[in-house]
Amino acid sequence: MSIDVAVFGVMFVVVLGSSIAMLFARNAVHVALFLVVTQIGLAVAFLLEGAYFIAAIQIIVYAGAIMVLFLFVIMLLGVDRREALNEPLRGQRPLAVGLAALLAAEVLYVAYKGSDLITTGGGSQALQDLNADPGNVKALARVVFSRYLLPFEVTSILLVVAVVGVMVLARQMSAISPVSARSGSSVADKEEAA
Amino acid sequence: MPISYFLVLSALLFSIGVYGVLARRHAVLVLLSIELMLNAVNINLVAFSALLEKAGLDGQVFALFVIAVAAAEVGVGLAIVILIYRNSQDTDVGELSLMKW
Repeated sequence: MSIDVAVFGVMFVVVLGSSIAMLFARNAVHVALFLVVTQIGLAVAFLLEGAYFIAAIQIIVYAGAIMVLFLFVIMLLGVDRREALNEPLRGQRPLAVGLAALLAAEVLYVAYKGSDLITTGGGSQALQDLNADPGNVKALARVVFSRYLLPFEVTSILLVVAVVGVMVLARQMSAISPVSARSGSSVADKEEAA
Repeated sequence: MPISYFLVLSALLFSIGVYGVLARRHAVLVLLSIELMLNAVNINLVAFSALLEKAGLDGQVFALFVIAVAAAEVGVGLAIVILIYRNSQDTDVGELSLMKW
């Protein structure tokens, strides 16, 4: 057994264990922390696939920035909220078990049929050459800034729109409601009168 | 290493994410499960990028875009959750029937 497969096995257990623990953790903070563990494990998976830059971004952006945002909101909304896991839909559980078994069979079949699609550790030969000669980051930058330049710019527009949208959404509603606007103007009037 | 290892991992993670979205009631936890699903998609993209000779780095570029879109989605989603909490003092997605016809 090669070292790649051993690392993958450890990563598999950690990722699956923490993501299943996400489902059963009662405390919202624990759920977020389990997701951090899952994402660090997935960064190891990206390393195994030869995607070094994506692995770094996974830890910096996902496990770092996005999860801090989540934890911040969980703290803001209160962490001691318990939730009931009862099922409102009638007959949903047996149907779900059946469909899940079907999906599991499909997954096992694909895994069996696809077991001859083998990548060496660190990806295909072309990917390894790219990672060796210009380096992963340089090769990625060449692709992003040439063939995928337009989608890249569209992504930046998306991020700007999201930032402006969040600012508009998260504003205090009282600041723009007509009642407070009237009271604000009346205060200004009083000040002018004074 | 067979690529099916990564595909099975991705399928399991995606299924766990779907279950989390459907079963969880807290809106923030639903968003966390969506993040898990997006991560599973990234695993697939990067795995096929590592498998196919001609693909080169295209799958990794797609994974980058998915991460950027996920960041935007989390920002807007959490802002909406905060707004809902501010208006109704509740983040249970089962209780939000204001827009139900």
